[in-house]
Amino acid sequence: MVSTMQTIFSLHKQGRNKYTVPQFGAENYDPIPQHLCRGELNLADVSEVDVVRHYRKLSSLNFGVDNGMYPLGSCTMKYNPKINDAVASLPQFTQQHPATIEELSQGSLHIMYSLQEMLCAITGMKQFTLMPAAGAHGELTSVMIIKKYFETKGEKRNIILIPDSAHGTNPASVAMCGFTVKEIPSNSDGDVDIDALRAAMDDNVAAMMLTCPNTLGLFDRNIMTIADILHSNGALFYCDGANLNAIVGKVRPADLGFDIMHVNLHKTFSTPHGGGGPGSGPIGVVEKLTPFMPVPVIAKKDNQFYLDYERPQSIGRVHSYYGNFLVMLRAYTYILMLGASGLKQVAEHAVVNANYLRVKLQKHFNLPYTRICMHEFVINDEGMPNGITTNEIAKRLLDYGFHAPTVYFPLIVHGAMMIEPTETEHRDTLDAFVDTMIAIKNEANTNPEVLKAAPHTTPVRKVDAVLAARKPVLKWEE
Amino acid sequence: MSFLPNSDDDIRSMCNEIGVNSVEDLFVDIPSTVKNPDIQLPSPLSEQEAMHSLLRIANTNKRVCSLVGGGIYHHYVPAVVDHLSSRSEFYTAYTPYQPEVSQGTLAAIFEFQTYMCRLTGMDIANASMYDGATALAEAVLMAVRTTRKNNVLCSAAVHPHYRQVLATYAWASDISLQIVPYKNGATDYNELSHIINDTVACVVVQSPNFFGVIEDIEKVAHIAHEHKALCIATFTEAMSLGLLKSPGECGADIACGEGQSFGNYPANGGPLLGILACKKEFMRTIPGRLIGKTVDEDGRECYVMTLQTREQHIRRERATSNICTNEGLCALRATIYLGLVGNRLVEIARTNHTAASYCLEQLVNLGYERVFDASFFNEFVIKINNAKDVQNKLMDNGFALGIPLETYYPELSDCLLVTATECTTKDDIDTLVKLLQTI
Repeated sequence: MVSTMQTIFSLHKQGRNKYTVPQFGAENYDPIPQHLCRGELNLADVSEVDVVRHYRKLSSLNFGVDNGMYPLGSCTMKYNPKINDAVASLPQFTQQHPATIEELSQGSLHIMYSLQEMLCAITGMKQFTLMPAAGAHGELTSVMIIKKYFETKGEKRNIILIPDSAHGTNPASVAMCGFTVKEIPSNSDGDVDIDALRAAMDDNVAAMMLTCPNTLGLFDRNIMTIADILHSNGALFYCDGANLNAIVGKVRPADLGFDIMHVNLHKTFSTPHGGGGPGSGPIGVVEKLTPFMPVPVIAKKDNQFYLDYERPQSIGRVHSYYGNFLVMLRAYTYILMLGASGLKQVAEHAVVNANYLRVKLQKHFNLPYTRICMHEFVINDEGMPNGITTNEIAKRLLDYGFHAPTVYFPLIVHGAMMIEPTETEHRDTLDAFVDTMIAIKNEANTNPEVLKAAPHTTPVRKVDAVLAARKPVLKWEE
Repeated sequence: MSFLPNSDDDIRSMCNEIGVNSVEDLFVDIPSTVKNPDIQLPSPLSEQEAMHSLLRIANTNKRVCSLVGGGIYHHYVPAVVDHLSSRSEFYTAYTPYQPEVSQGTLAAIFEFQTYMCRLTGMDIANASMYDGATALAEAVLMAVRTTRKNNVLCSAAVHPHYRQVLATYAWASDISLQIVPYKNGATDYNELSHIINDTVACVVVQSPNFFGVIEDIEKVAHIAHEHKALCIATFTEAMSLGLLKSPGECGADIACGEGQSFGNYPANGGPLLGILACKKEFMRTIPGRLIGKTVDEDGRECYVMTLQTREQHIRRERATSNICTNEGLCALRATIYLGLVGNRLVEIARTNHTAASYCLEQLVNLGYERVFDASFFNEFVIKINNAKDVQNKLMDNGFALGIPLETYYPELSDCLLVTATECTTKDDIDTLVKLLQTI
């Protein structure tokens, strides 16, 4: 616990910085004229030990998967195997320059090519690109491909359908490509309202984006009907693969009728989230969309891997180079260890864990959708004693050593708590979580004040977000 | 290998409590015709076997002495950076949605924003973007939103990949993009003055540019501002910010680019670190995460994600961008790096320039042609007859010399963009020179 949080800048003292730069040993032949050079730099000068203690201390203020259960719904905060990081630290990979990748980095291309093939096998898609650097980037790239597909066909379609339960990135990605969003309501079972979908269909609809399973943690039972409705109208079906962990190995999205999808390597395929990136959001497409994939495509000929730029219908480039290679390495290693049988077990255990929690919590909390869930489910704060809210429950969980669930999402459930235990928690931890939730419910009855003032034991207490937005201070100043 | 902690007994008894006979009963909603497909993947491996397999593949990558840059740079990464960024409290956390248990990430990114402001001379920097190219594309979208104009001018001396990514984003957003030619290795400022008009939203210039040349950002900013257009200054080599006049000092409105040079590895081009910074008047139109300072209930200083009404999870299709995650861990690495080297960054930058100038001098002494006369930072263009052959022969002898420019600029045949950094020693260059004399 710290009383005041220092920044590296407040540790600055002239003369403390002993970092030594090697001398090149030759004169400078081409001095840069003074008018092109900057004035004083004004960074912090501190000792190496200061740096180490400062960031070690900051790390202790953080909660990660290695600290405890992190049931953040739709984020798949599973355990990150350490071998992944060992592989991603090999200098044979870290020191390679992307501009010489074909000549010097056949090994890296081998990894990328194989990972693309693995993702095709897992999803049933015809081709994958690993270039998108995050899920949202994968979505954007996908919407660009959808745009290009219709542009090439000479069809003017400007609407993309999105269910009301969708992640915010879906409509934002759509808007960035000049499409208009049309929202499709869910029915009382949590599936897409088929009648509303039929009513919304016309020649202007380019595609529908659906998270599968959806953000309520439910597998849409009409999914193949939805695919039929879209396809018979000439529209495309996009799978937001953020929740792939629920179905990996159990069903291939292409077999469900999806034409294009993104996967999050940092969710299903165990790569760490890094405190907000780097992620990786590869996209896969069915055959008719392959000409539009971004360049370059990693290809293979005569046992040599190469970069294919001869793609006249491609949407173009979407990343400086080839995407987040070190993240791909981690995912490749993970898939290599698990194989098809291991991946299928991932989905099975994730779904068992979620349903176990659901059934246990259902006795104490309101569960708006009561059917069997997939890898996550949503409860809310309806009926909580003394008007205790979702946010207060979430903050109190922090006191008990759990990360909070995703809160107030999806938007269609008032006061939602979206709980995703993942497959890497065992029953004892799940039981402890249930006991804690019940204890919090009891506190809501007997001692609501302790909940309203939560959290109490965290490195800092309730943070004033309103002040931060009203008087923005976005950098350190003396 | 498996990372599933539940035993078979656990699973059986949990199924009991759920009220189903088997795990399969939980997958009833998936159409049975397509359920449990046969997926062809290699057989599972133990960790030991996986490591062995990965090492075998890794060893098919070849290590050479690399005088290659052009967007990604070989800089030294001090041990402290790997050590601290490997703390799992940092790297196994998610986006800091719960600030009370995320102060480590939040404080570090607040420091990152401060560093980026100081280096770029801007008022505001976000918590990072995917990479330099997408940071530029987002900067342009931001300028289009701000100015409510739809035409964009971009210098031909901007990194070709950045221009390609920009072209992709511009096409998707129905923005018209026009390229301003270069002259003597820099943006043709006269031509820019002729082309520009009041319908232009922004002018994009890169410094040092793709030829390594230091551009006159002040001139570009002046021309842009005369037409109420914004000046976007981009960079691929963040190390240059240690030595050169900052984009802010030069009058740019938005600075963006690649930060890989600070504590991140080349790694075949990813993950990278997109930087986006701007003047304060654009605070509400900047995309991406912003970390702000505030207090907790006890009045202690702390940090939180702020101004989120710009973002997709609140504003959905009306958000400033779809971006949500960023390159948090890469930003942390940059922050630790800058914390460690502090103001010695100037010395590192100077060493880069000295190494490059020595390299150029030696190559010119061998009779090769310096293509552009202008001042450069750590890379330059040299013309070598039969450049491709020479490159291949050097490769066989353990040297990667430069990037051929002909791919991107057909008129620059046999021209190589050559880069030297503080990782390039005088010995390396002397060995290269001897090799060049023999082949």
